[in-house]
Amino acid sequence: MNTWIERQRGLIDTTVANLRRRKARNLGLLLAYVLLVFLLASVVLFGDGMRREARLLLEEAPELVVQRLTAGRHDLMPAQWLERIADLRGVAAVEGRLWGYHHDAAVGANLTLQVPREAAPAAGRVHLGATLARLRGLAPGDVLSLRDHAGQPHAFVVEALLDSRSELVSADLVLLGEADFRAFFGIAAGLYTDAALRVVNPLETRTVAEKVLARLPATRVISREEMRRTYDAVFNWRQGLPLMVLSVLLAAFALLAWDKASGLSAEERREIGILKALGWDSGDVLAMKLWEGALLSLLAFLLGYTLAWLHVYYAGAPLFEPVLKGWSVLYPHFALAPEVDISRIVSLALLTVLPYVAATLVPVWRAATLDPDEVMRE
Amino acid sequence: MIFQPAALALALLLASSLNALGLAVAGLFALRMLRHWHPDIGSEAQIALERRTHLVSTLVVLSLLLSLPMLALFTHTADAMAPFFAGAMCAVGSLKANAWGLPALAVMLVGFFLAAAWLVLHRLDTRGWDQPLLLAKYRLLLLLAPLALAQAALLWLYFGGLKAEVITSCCGSLFGPAATGTLAELSALPEAIARPLFFLTLALTLAAGATLLVRGRLGRAFGVLAGLNFVVALAAIVAFIAPHIYEQPHHHCPFCLLQAEHGYAGWLLYPLLFLGTAAGLGAGLAAGVRAQSLHNEAPRLAAALARIAVAALASFGAAVSFYLWRSNLVM
Amino acid sequence: MIELVGVGKTFNPGRDNEFHAVREVSLSIEAGRVTALRGPSGSGKTTLLGLIGGLTRPSVGRLRLHGRDISALPERFLTALRRDTFGFVFQQFQLIRDLSVLDNVMLPAVPTGRPHADIRARALRLLDEVGLGRRAAARVQWLSGGEAQRAAIARALINDPPVILADEPTAHLDSALSRQILEILAELRRCGRTLVIASHDPLVFEMDLVERVVDLRDGRVLA
Repeated sequence: MNTWIERQRGLIDTTVANLRRRKARNLGLLLAYVLLVFLLASVVLFGDGMRREARLLLEEAPELVVQRLTAGRHDLMPAQWLERIADLRGVAAVEGRLWGYHHDAAVGANLTLQVPREAAPAAGRVHLGATLARLRGLAPGDVLSLRDHAGQPHAFVVEALLDSRSELVSADLVLLGEADFRAFFGIAAGLYTDAALRVVNPLETRTVAEKVLARLPATRVISREEMRRTYDAVFNWRQGLPLMVLSVLLAAFALLAWDKASGLSAEERREIGILKALGWDSGDVLAMKLWEGALLSLLAFLLGYTLAWLHVYYAGAPLFEPVLKGWSVLYPHFALAPEVDISRIVSLALLTVLPYVAATLVPVWRAATLDPDEVMRE
Repeated sequence: MIFQPAALALALLLASSLNALGLAVAGLFALRMLRHWHPDIGSEAQIALERRTHLVSTLVVLSLLLSLPMLALFTHTADAMAPFFAGAMCAVGSLKANAWGLPALAVMLVGFFLAAAWLVLHRLDTRGWDQPLLLAKYRLLLLLAPLALAQAALLWLYFGGLKAEVITSCCGSLFGPAATGTLAELSALPEAIARPLFFLTLALTLAAGATLLVRGRLGRAFGVLAGLNFVVALAAIVAFIAPHIYEQPHHHCPFCLLQAEHGYAGWLLYPLLFLGTAAGLGAGLAAGVRAQSLHNEAPRLAAALARIAVAALASFGAAVSFYLWRSNLVM
Repeated sequence: MIELVGVGKTFNPGRDNEFHAVREVSLSIEAGRVTALRGPSGSGKTTLLGLIGGLTRPSVGRLRLHGRDISALPERFLTALRRDTFGFVFQQFQLIRDLSVLDNVMLPAVPTGRPHADIRARALRLLDEVGLGRRAAARVQWLSGGEAQRAAIARALINDPPVILADEPTAHLDSALSRQILEILAELRRCGRTLVIASHDPLVFEMDLVERVVDLRDGRVLA
């Protein structure tokens, strides 16, 4: 066992000396390696952060949302329907919600206008998402002017900005009072966008949903579980795009590594020949070369992962925001909560180190099995 | 295909595909090796074959190094995916979301033990001047290669066939009073039988291991017992260890042990059990080698492996005893 | 101690550039003596030296070390045997650039797994013996030709082999330096080592060092 350790130590010493001797040659590969780990880790860490944020938000969402359908399309829900739902056994509370989208030509984006459940702003006043406020250059006390459904301008006084912790969803949010909302969109009293349900026993959500459908067949019932899955699917899909791009990068990197490993210079061939002539067998040279790959990978991975971690959690992931948070102009600036997840580290290591090992293994083996008498044949 | 969690699934697919590719190359080489190996001829073809053995052994070593993180990652991924399948509570639900999950896991396990056995043979073979285990080694490789291909295929089928809307079953349907099948019968095994059986097998295994270490005897028996102990230990986990950890008499699932609510008990128990079993089987294998050129080397390796196996299995037994002692459950 | 029986080496067999470097050589090297392989360049001296030292695998024939046939040993064992039995001194010094003299000398001992401190101590002592003690930390490309060859000899001795194989040890040195190197080789002989030297340098044969000469031409031993 001690012999084994001493031998590995000797091999590592030699490897380190070799890496130092060929600094310039290894630096290019190391940089490419670090960049690859950095990009891949950024995408994964960022996507995970987003998913977690979304899940946190959904924890506060109602268990069931009921929408009225007319000819298969979402329609406004009359207040009487809310009462018919409230009667159902197992329903703890029902409330009509008011929300809608408005295209704001000034920032070229869709805003979400919503009447909050509690603490709605007074008439003529709104609360704004921080991103929207920044884009519009608005501070509390300023006036937000929007054109209503009839094309008439409406002026709202900005009362407050929304807490930026939940900026992922609140970026494009405008909170306003019920009367203002109805006037702005021209929605008559007694009509709601949809209904939010709380159920008595969360385990019976499915049963309650079935009862709602039985009583009001012209509705669609969406559970929180389904919403969460949709969110996840959307984020995963968005994460899938850069991952596709990165898989091309991964292949390019593997090609580079392969090229570097197989394009042995005459000098390196000579050196391996010397080692073999001096009494190193193929296994020793192979082990040294594998150590070289392992040390390079470890260094690249630590650097790349640390950089990605800082990039995502402290710099706000400026590289990926437009892609991952949607194509909207209104992408928010926010900080994800830092997290270290071992399974992510393992999978990232597999994703980056394995292609390197796979690409270099055969060239390394070829180098290691050069004939020991090669140095004598000059 | 749902990419959840994307990076984990991709890493697993990449790893298993490269693993399959490497072992397929190794398997094809094994065929050539078995036909054309003539160590007493210094021909170019023979030298070329000998060179290639270095590539093949490196491939299998890397494959074994890969198999443990893959096994851990796969179980973790299945566990992490559970919230996305209606009805799933833990890894079982995700694994059962289509027909390929549980077979993939089983193939991974078998592959891990076989790769470990191969490495024991390889290590011994390279230390005998006449390479006495060469043919055995390459025959075993013919078994490993298709297994790696099957593993990759199963993982592709599994991840490729996942659909979020599938309603799967929770672990209660596999390991519970309401379930049927072998696994259900295991969970129905009364603790009064399972508990003494488990501790008896473990004690016998450890005793055989100690005999191997002290007297250099009972090596092969130790290997067999380590294998038997693995089966009994898995059955015992389902029958009574898991319920004690959950403190619920009817919760027998061996996968929920991996979750945070149960203090990640599985991440302590399983690695110890797997490591101990692999080392124990390897010790038995090494002790069974009778080649003249290895008369020093084989017992030495057997002892080294037995030391690891005994330490791991004893820790496993200690950990189980601790969980049982701490549990308030009376079954 | 080393016996070659009908040994031959053919490079690129069956191809257009097929080349018989050594043909059916039977030869035995006696322990404790200095044997020289003499012949013009291209006569197969270097290949034969490689065959004797187990560096080159014979295409035909048998190689015996202390009466044991080692032609069919797996690479790993052959290498270990070679490491413990032979020290090589090559024609072009064959030191590794950018490594220190000390590191170069220690290289052949790395695969043995002996403790690092032991190897280092022995390397320093050997460097002292060949008069390079103060150059241990220098990079090898800073050495003069004579110093490089002495470093190469120290390297050949690191595993304490009973046999030293030297391929044209004086080829790139002037007479004074050549004499110095031959003096060191003579000292090794006095310490009981076996030497095999391949050379066509008359100086080697002038000195009272060589005890047996094997003449080679076109890959065959001349009677």
